Amino acid sequence: MDQKTGVQDRPSAEPGTAPLLEVAGLVKHFPVRTGGLGRRQVGKVRAVDGLDLAVGVGESLGLVGESGCGKSTTGRLITRLLEPTDGSIRYQGREIGHATRRELAPIRSEIQMIFQDPYSSLNPRQTVGAIVAAPMEINRIDPPGGRKAKVKELLERVGLNPEHYNRFPHEFSGGQRQRVGIARALALRPKLIVADEPVSALDVSIQAQVVNLLQSLQRELDIAFLFIAHDLAVVRHFSERVAVMYLGKIVEVADRDSVYGNPHHPYTHTLLSAVCEPDPDKARGRRALPIGDPPSPLAPPSGCRFRTRCPKAQPLCAEQEPPLAQLAELADGHRVACHFPGPAEDTLTHR
Amino acid sequence: MPDTPDGAGVLLPKQVAPDSASVPAPDAAILSVRDLTVRFRTEDGVVKAVDGLSFDLARGSTLGIVGESGSGKSVTALSVLGLHNPERTELGGTIRFDGTELIGAPRRTLNRLRGRRISMIFQDALAALSPFYTVGEQIAETYREHMGASRKEAKARAVEMLGRVGIPNPNRRADDYPHHFSGGMRQRAMIAMALVCDPDLLIADEPTTALDVTVQAQILDLIADLQAETGTAIIFITHDLGVIASTVHDVLVMYAGRCVERGTVREVLKDPRHPYTWGLLSSVPELSGSVDLPLRPVRGTPPSLLNPPPGCPFHPRCDYVARVPEHACSLDRPPLELVAGRGSACHLATADKTRIFADEVRPLLG
Repeated sequence: MDQKTGVQDRPSAEPGTAPLLEVAGLVKHFPVRTGGLGRRQVGKVRAVDGLDLAVGVGESLGLVGESGCGKSTTGRLITRLLEPTDGSIRYQGREIGHATRRELAPIRSEIQMIFQDPYSSLNPRQTVGAIVAAPMEINRIDPPGGRKAKVKELLERVGLNPEHYNRFPHEFSGGQRQRVGIARALALRPKLIVADEPVSALDVSIQAQVVNLLQSLQRELDIAFLFIAHDLAVVRHFSERVAVMYLGKIVEVADRDSVYGNPHHPYTHTLLSAVCEPDPDKARGRRALPIGDPPSPLAPPSGCRFRTRCPKAQPLCAEQEPPLAQLAELADGHRVACHFPGPAEDTLTHR
Repeated sequence: MPDTPDGAGVLLPKQVAPDSASVPAPDAAILSVRDLTVRFRTEDGVVKAVDGLSFDLARGSTLGIVGESGSGKSVTALSVLGLHNPERTELGGTIRFDGTELIGAPRRTLNRLRGRRISMIFQDALAALSPFYTVGEQIAETYREHMGASRKEAKARAVEMLGRVGIPNPNRRADDYPHHFSGGMRQRAMIAMALVCDPDLLIADEPTTALDVTVQAQILDLIADLQAETGTAIIFITHDLGVIASTVHDVLVMYAGRCVERGTVREVLKDPRHPYTWGLLSSVPELSGSVDLPLRPVRGTPPSLLNPPPGCPFHPRCDYVARVPEHACSLDRPPLELVAGRGSACHLATADKTRIFADEVRPLLG
């Protein structure tokens, strides 16, 4: 299988501006080994398998897909918590895919991460002050006025009481803990934040508070976001551009209005048709597409990976993998990886 | 057998509950809950998880219980099934299932009902299924236990149920263990197990919360289809207003252990009367409409149930307290007055509620 298909077709954020982050042909395979002494490799999980995306300066890109599609692995590759198997990750024009710890050190302060679980991502034995100050300590940064003053400023910025500096994580609610994680991510004035399902563990009313906070930070501090989430409505609210991921690849990417208003990949149609909206008039009058479970990333289908669940699949789909390409009739930057792209009605009548 | 020594009504005099005056349960009600209180003793004090909840569920109907974590929705379900820890829990009020009182009922009575006439599906199917038995064995065991069927009959019934919930090759998959199944299939298997004895009442506690949207849509369709076939009454517990909109007839909104709003799904979502329901709707981002408006979350955090606020439990987070005269919100607990199953526990006048929602809340929804 050709994993390099995407590479010739270079992604670009907005025409004319160099993207802050550019990922091309990114691959991450996890070996699957036997349990015995030999630890023989018997297969590999193709978590990310030829992924292209770009994030502009100060831009928020949403990455959506089902669980197991590789969106979290993508986040961990970009923050270089994982090393890619193949492909390139360019940050401000510099290749960081295989950079060493030493080379990564200055970049790490500019790319930060916010995690899903506000319980396991904060050290229970450290005070909130120590947690938020840790990035400054590690990078030996002494802000004017001292670290403590800076921590208090950060806590205040994320809507926490700065006097709670000495409290421990267990004294905070889930939403407040997520704010602590956000303050920690802001400590080094990052240029890019990878937020991996930052609100999905929170209750609805708290989720909206945190989304509003992230949105105001993104606008006021001009931070670029890669917002990874499975909730299409939250992503729509937060992201200027949206990439839809399926089994390790991007299948559709465009600005927000195009993805939600004029999607052209059958998988995007499927995802959108499955969303339940809190309005009995919009409630799924139509039935969900009967598409079963996603195939295993251990042995993805040949050709187009979505073909096994796609109502429009043809013999060609099993033979050739469709490239992620700009469609002439669509808005600039609206790219779709499908042999038979079309508006949602097409897909829904095909089932 | 004194399983729960503190029986009905020990904790709360009945007249305290706000809507105890409502009409007695109609004959059609399969489940009738009156003035339910659930309290847990903890190291820090007594948690009032449910505080004076009353509702009826008609045969074959679907009730959605909506609320955030800690609002008491799951605890309500567990007390119907008697699954609470009797050493730490004090139950008050009554829960009548088809004429049988469940609070304080002996274990034998409960065991005859659970799994046979009342069953439950949970959020986490992997935790709810035993890893040591095949899926088919687990479903068959329920059937043998309650229906006195032979091994062979029970096995055939398990395969039949797996087929009905949409598992391909049910004959072969019945011999698989739960870990062989994907998340969506496990949920289907759990539904098959819950419905194997054709129960009169199914309690679904966040059955799709851990699933992807695509799988969630399929499971919701499945539950709706099975209900149409079997006429089982369903209590659907969720925090997701979107799931509610597409699944249930009636809605009960819970906040801090109390019901704050009741009505049909259309009434509650299209013409909500309680500021908390307004807040929930304003918090949810939508798939269409303007994205430039910020979300308008409910400010603050839910109250501690160890020490709930006086008066209306929602008043510390409510934006409309000033519109109610004489500080009633912080002094008096607003009663839930139901007219034809519709009402909200809020001190605002009904005309004000309708006007505030139409003029101030709805225009800002996406």
